[in-house]
Parts: sequence; C-alpha cells; structure tokens
Amino acid sequence: MQAITDVSLAPALLLEAASETLLRLSPVDLIIIVLYFLTVLGIGFYLKTYTKTGEDFFLAGREMTAWVAGLSFLAANLGSLELMGWAGNAYQYGILAAHWYWIGAIPAMVFLAIVMIPFYYISKTHSVPGYLKLRFGEPARALSAISFGLMTVLMSGINMYAMAVVLKVVLGWDIYFSIWVSSITVALYVTLGGLLSAIFNEVLQFVLIWLGALLISIIGLVEAGGWRGMVARIHTNFPTQDYTHIWRTLGSFQDNPMGINWVGIVFGLGAVISMGYWTTDFLVVQRVISAKDLRSAKLAPLIGAAFKMCVPFIVILPGLLGLAMLDTPGHHFLVGGEAAAEALTHGQVLHTYDEVLPIMLARYCGPGLMGLGITALIAGFMSGMAGNVSAFATVWTYDIYRAMFRKDATDAHYVSMGRWCTIGGVLVSIGTAYLALHAHSIMDYVQELFSFFIAPLFGTVLLGMLWKRATGPGGFWGLLAGTLSAIGMWAWVKTVPSAVRYIALSPAAKPMAENMFRALWSGLICASVTVLVSLGTKPKTDAELAGLVYGCTEIPSEGHLPLWQRPIFWAGVVSLAFVAIQIVFW
Amino acid sequence: MHRPGMLSIWFFIGLLLLAYGVLILGAGISDYVSPPPHPLVLAELHAGIWWGGLLIAMGLFYTVKFRPGRNG
Repeated sequence: MQAITDVSLAPALLLEAASETLLRLSPVDLIIIVLYFLTVLGIGFYLKTYTKTGEDFFLAGREMTAWVAGLSFLAANLGSLELMGWAGNAYQYGILAAHWYWIGAIPAMVFLAIVMIPFYYISKTHSVPGYLKLRFGEPARALSAISFGLMTVLMSGINMYAMAVVLKVVLGWDIYFSIWVSSITVALYVTLGGLLSAIFNEVLQFVLIWLGALLISIIGLVEAGGWRGMVARIHTNFPTQDYTHIWRTLGSFQDNPMGINWVGIVFGLGAVISMGYWTTDFLVVQRVISAKDLRSAKLAPLIGAAFKMCVPFIVILPGLLGLAMLDTPGHHFLVGGEAAAEALTHGQVLHTYDEVLPIMLARYCGPGLMGLGITALIAGFMSGMAGNVSAFATVWTYDIYRAMFRKDATDAHYVSMGRWCTIGGVLVSIGTAYLALHAHSIMDYVQELFSFFIAPLFGTVLLGMLWKRATGPGGFWGLLAGTLSAIGMWAWVKTVPSAVRYIALSPAAKPMAENMFRALWSGLICASVTVLVSLGTKPKTDAELAGLVYGCTEIPSEGHLPLWQRPIFWAGVVSLAFVAIQIVFW
Repeated sequence: MHRPGMLSIWFFIGLLLLAYGVLILGAGISDYVSPPPHPLVLAELHAGIWWGGLLIAMGLFYTVKFRPGRNG
C-alpha cells in the first residue's frame, strides 16, 4: 500500500525548494547506478527469447518457484513512495507506522495464502477481474477491469512524478530526464519479457533494496547505542509523546500522533484495507498466480509475509533513528509539508519528514555505499512501476480488449497487444506525470481514488469465494454500491470537513483515521448490498460454481507431505511470529 | 523456474553483487588510505570495507552456485 500522508503534498513543495541538492554522488556512485540500469535492461533483452506465448508474457509461464513469486509479490509493493514515504511516516508518527507492515499486511497475506489462493489458482484465471467474470459474470468483470486499468496507469504516473521530484531534490537530476529514463527502461524490459522480465527484475530489485537500505539501520543503531539507547534518546527529546509503542497509545484518538484509535487500525486497516489490497489488487496477486503449482502459490505469500515483517527494519527504523539522532529536546529537525511551505514563503528551506531516509543515508554512507542506497531507492520506484504496467497489460488485454473488442484472435495477437499496451500504459503514465507537474493537487485525488476501489472489491471477491448463494447481480451491485459509497463519503468530508465525526466516529479523527473508517463502511455496504441482492436473485448451481467457491471445489490434500513442506505449517509459524512482534512492541 | 538453457535470476544477482562489492570495497579502501576532509558520522567503522566484502562474498556464492550449466 502506498503511504497515505503528506507525501503527496511534499513533492510540490520540494520541487520549489530544490535549489540545492541533498546528496552529491561520486564517480563510483554513478557507475553503480549505471550498472543497475544496464543489468535490468540486459535481463529484459535476455528473457525476450523465453517470452513467446500469452501464458509466458502475462503469467510468466506459470513456472515461478515459491521463492521467486514470493519475493516479487513483495517487491511489486515496494513502490515509488514506499521507502521514503513510510520512513517519513515513522519520523512523524513513530512506530505506529509499523502497523502498515504488520497488522496491515501479515494477516491478509496469510489469509490470501490459505483461503483465497486455491480459488484463484484452481480456476486458472488470468486476473482478478477474470475471476469475477467466472464467478459473477461480465458486468462485474467490466466494472473492476476498467476501474483497475484506469487507476493503475494513473497511479503509475503519479509515482513516476514523485520519483522524479525526489531525484531532483536528492540528487539535482532534471525532472524530465528522470521521468523519461526510468519509464523508457521499465517500458523496454516489460515489453520485451512481459511478466517474466518484471518478476526477475523485481527479485533483483528486492535484494538491492535490502542491501542498500539495511546499512542505515545498522550504523544508526550503533550510533544510538542500540534499541534501548535509541528509545531513551527519543524519550529525552519528546518526553510527552510516546513514539515507541504500537498498541499502548491506541485507546483513543487523542493519545497518539496519528489521531486514530484501535478500532480504525484493527477493523479499517487490518480487516478491510489490508485484506482488500493484498488479496484482490491484481498488481500483487498476479505474482502469486504465476507460481508453478498450487503449493508454491500458497507458499509465495507466506514467504512474502516473513520478509514483510522485517521491512520495518529498513523503513521504519531509519525514521525512528531520525527522531533520536537528528532531533534535539522538544524540537523536530524535519517538518511537515505545510510548515515547509510556510517557511518557503519567507525564503527559508526546511527539510520535510519524507527526506529522513536520504538524510540518514548522507549521514552514514560514503562513496559507493551512497550509490548503493540511491540504487535501492530507484529500484523501489522501478519495481512498483513495472508491477503497475505488467498488471495493466494483462487486465487490458484479457479483461477489456479480448472481452469487449476481439474475442477470438490468436495467442500471438494477444501477446502483441500486451506489448503495445505496455508501451501505451507507460505513455499514459508519462502523461499523468506531466499533468501532475502542472497541477499538483491531482496527486491527492488519484491516490484517494485508488483507495475507493480496494475495500468494496475485497467484499465482492470474498463473498464470491466463500458464499455460494452470492449471485451475479449481487456481486455487481454490491461492488458498485461499495465503490459509490466510498466516493460519496470522501466527497462529503471534502465539502463539509466536520462530517468526519460521522465517518470516523470522532471529531478528533485525522485523515489517516478517515481513510480507515471510510474503507470499513464501504466494505460493509458492499457486503450488505451483495447479500440483499443475492437473496432476491437466482443462484448458480453447484456444478457451475466448481473451482470457484468454497464447498463446490475440491482442494488437493497436502496430507501426504511432511509437516515442514505444508503451507499451513508455515502459515502457523508466520502467525506466531506476528503475534510475538505485537507483544514485544506493545 | 527451470527451462533448458535458461540462466537463473540468482546468477544475475550474483554477478551484480560481485561488481558492486568490488566497487564499494575499493571506495572504502580509498577512504581508509586517504580520509576525506569532512568525514561521515561513524566513519571510523569503515562501513564501505566490510559491506563491500559482504557483497563480494554474497556475489561469489550466487554466481558460483547458479552458474550456467549447473542446476541450482
């Protein structure tokens, strides 16, 4: 999930303040960055030979091992604003930001692996909208495919713009140069090798992200005197705020810097937004259904979950280290977007929360390591963009073009269409990036729009998989009602800000809480409408639902496997580790 | 995934890490021999040297284990 903070506001401000750059690269840093670009392009050219059929291009031949599928599943999520945005969130909100990596991810990934993957995999669908077609019929597929396709390329463009602004601020690179170089690189390697190339590069990018960012946390902890030393420094700097506990301050909206309570985190984030994103966003689900068999497909999200639990070490910890090492008692070194804008009107350039990661990078990393750190940031940007573009190509080709315009073309024709729409998707993304360059507010709208579709889609897919009485009209109208209600609630609060007291159940709720509660309500509305309409319409027979719904699908037994080879065993291990982390950081 | 003649992604990763390791180790040694006028925080840890060494070790492992002609 993308960071939902004033990240979206920051680039516009940063751009104006970018008269001096944050970091300076040495020749060895530049060589490291150039080597990275040459490698990802080389992989794309190399894999073109192996990408001949539609199954190769759109689903990587369904031959991925659990490890490769699992790592790319996670890397595709490490999108443009993920690293810097969440490090900035950690600086602003403290360790509460880790909820987006723990309760906001792990239960959903385990649920995907154990409950939902069998239906995606056994139905042999090419996409999530494709599953909706099989389960609910063409209208539900059309609604979800068009909304997903549109929002994916828009998000890709927004992310591209944000990346270019970051490179401008951090390195002084020309914004148009960054947009075109990164997008042409991604377009080339995805067009050449399709999902196969995207996945291979995502695994590479995953490794680089870790190796580039890990050192900041290690050296930071050494400087702070370990975890306890860091916590003590934060308490010294801000004795009235609790930045280092994840549940203790969630009793009420006023007790924590995020302005949210446990209901919003558990039900809004954990039960709806996270479930919606990790189980129905095709950007990530596509990586899992490319696995070579059902067991690998079930293991992939569990491998992803194990690593996801560790990501706070390279994303959240640098933010906390910033609170400990950059700040002085009672004074934040970094400020929010609005404060930076205010200072800028007086000619003063202040650094924003989102710059905490590059600032910590500059603090600890010299020549070579700096290049590796910047490569990690660029790799994060590109893996997210490639994820968007490859998912868009599949949904456009199979769920829009083939379903609505040309049903019976050859496989080669669809592969060709996939390649062309990869280029088309990148061009639309570039157009969106240019639009954002001239109208910054579009970033806020597009990011919020994207969230409108996630929660209702989860309600629709979940009922489709688990409740055989759900009907086609029920699925379609539930999805539509959930989506429209999310848009309606958003518009209501935009026009009448005090309405947040009804949406988030408290006048003290901040935007993050509003997002969580809006998702919760839209998911509930979607489920309610689906149930009501389904009960009034004719259901499909069990035979028609075979392979699609619990109770009508024969799921292969894993009883013959040793315990340690069974996904359910690893789901238990991951779940126990998740609970242990909650207790440790309570 | 295994297709006849296809190189593993881990082989590519190994090669890149090896190259990065050599570059970073070299830069780290250079800084050690002639320290910059404005050293970084905790420059005395010489992170470039040991991190470069770690990358070389990882790069060698993946390059050798997943080299062409050998199924990893």
